[in-house]
Amino acid sequence: MTHIKVNVDGTTYEDDVEPRLLLAHYLRDRLGLTGTPIGCDTSNCGACTVDLDGATVKSCSVLAVQADGGEVTTIQGLARDGEWTALQRAFHERHGLQCGYCTPGMIMAARDLLRENPRPTSDEVRQALEGNLCRCTGYQNIVRAVLAAADEESASGRDEAGPGAASGQQVTEEATA
Amino acid sequence: MIPPAFEYARPGDVDEAVRALADAGEDGKVLAGGQSLLPLLRMRLAFPELVVDVGRVGELRGVREDGDALVIGAMTTHHDVVRDPLVRRHAGLLAEATATVADPAVRHRGTLGGSLAHADPAGDLPAVALALDAELVVAGPAGRRTMPAREFFVDYLQSALAPDELLVEVRIPKTDGWSFHYEKFHPVAQSWAIVGVAALVRRDDGRIAEARVGLTNMGSTPLRATAAEEALSGADGPEAVARAAEAAAEGTRPSQDLAASPEYRQHLARVLTRRAVLTATGWG
Repeated sequence: MTHIKVNVDGTTYEDDVEPRLLLAHYLRDRLGLTGTPIGCDTSNCGACTVDLDGATVKSCSVLAVQADGGEVTTIQGLARDGEWTALQRAFHERHGLQCGYCTPGMIMAARDLLRENPRPTSDEVRQALEGNLCRCTGYQNIVRAVLAAADEESASGRDEAGPGAASGQQVTEEATA
Repeated sequence: MIPPAFEYARPGDVDEAVRALADAGEDGKVLAGGQSLLPLLRMRLAFPELVVDVGRVGELRGVREDGDALVIGAMTTHHDVVRDPLVRRHAGLLAEATATVADPAVRHRGTLGGSLAHADPAGDLPAVALALDAELVVAGPAGRRTMPAREFFVDYLQSALAPDELLVEVRIPKTDGWSFHYEKFHPVAQSWAIVGVAALVRRDDGRIAEARVGLTNMGSTPLRATAAEEALSGADGPEAVARAAEAAAEGTRPSQDLAASPEYRQHLARVLTRRAVLTATGWG
């Protein structure tokens, strides 16, 4: 057993865990934070995406012991006093989900994009979400939702990304074909 | 899926990591970013007794200049490599190719050194390191040694690292003045390359004076397309490049899998070499 101390969605937890325990299982089975689903369990689908120390990770591909001393934000840590963020509202209003299984990961990945690139193009949204699979929507409404959230955040001048938001320069990452 | 049980060590520096690996012998495994190792553990394809997590070894991160070379710490993440101004200025091919690795969340965790030490011929960065004539600095109980990339990749998922050695730095000769392109053929945005081609060209007086071509997934190790490189020397336009690219698959023995036959991979190597060089030269 290894002793870890992790801050998750603003609450600090201390636990003795087996080194082999995946962060996804720690969040779900130990902390009861089942808002983060496990989809493929092969690092492909992105459903289990959370934020670790200010950057997205696939929580099925991180050990809980690797998060020791770190700060994790899950989909359940985004709303403030029960009020959704612009991204959460946009997914709801633009019908960016059907079954909803991929949605927590989609929103965490989109949030990561908007921190680095507050006004992405549609292509940039698609590239940023390349590690998140949705089997229902065909992605059209997901992309619309992210663009709508970007518009709203820019219009309101608010930074919904919260602490740890990067101010780094925008870099286009090509998804070459 | 739940990984098999293992002991866990989290050294604070390179010496401590090497000692842990030496104690574990054949049963130790280095955990870098974990984006290859954790899937292997989950699928129960690896059974290390000790996992040595070098994630907190600060000296292994970052990029610095050393004369005509860049020195990139083995634990520098893909995300940081892509954004690093020194890498973009002096090793642009590496930045370009790294941006195509997997997806943003994987690039946040995955590291340059981890990708190279994993020695997967389907990984993008081994062929890029080969094309860049990179050198790998390795720490072991007896000190450090440096080896060229062409000696580092031994076989499928097998590097020249001994069980008690740790890859600590990647030295990349600056390629200022060279143009480059990484051409990757993959059926799904985040998937492995069926074939990839890393091309670097140096031009003189309108002709290609020197070309380097690295091949991804064209055998059990990353390869250099030596015959095509020689044929490209002196090429003065798209027709000459197309002729030279016909030699790109010479001497290769690519694998058969669900994605492609060996013949198809060889076809792709020729086509992608042409495209990569034409894009690099701006002749395409």
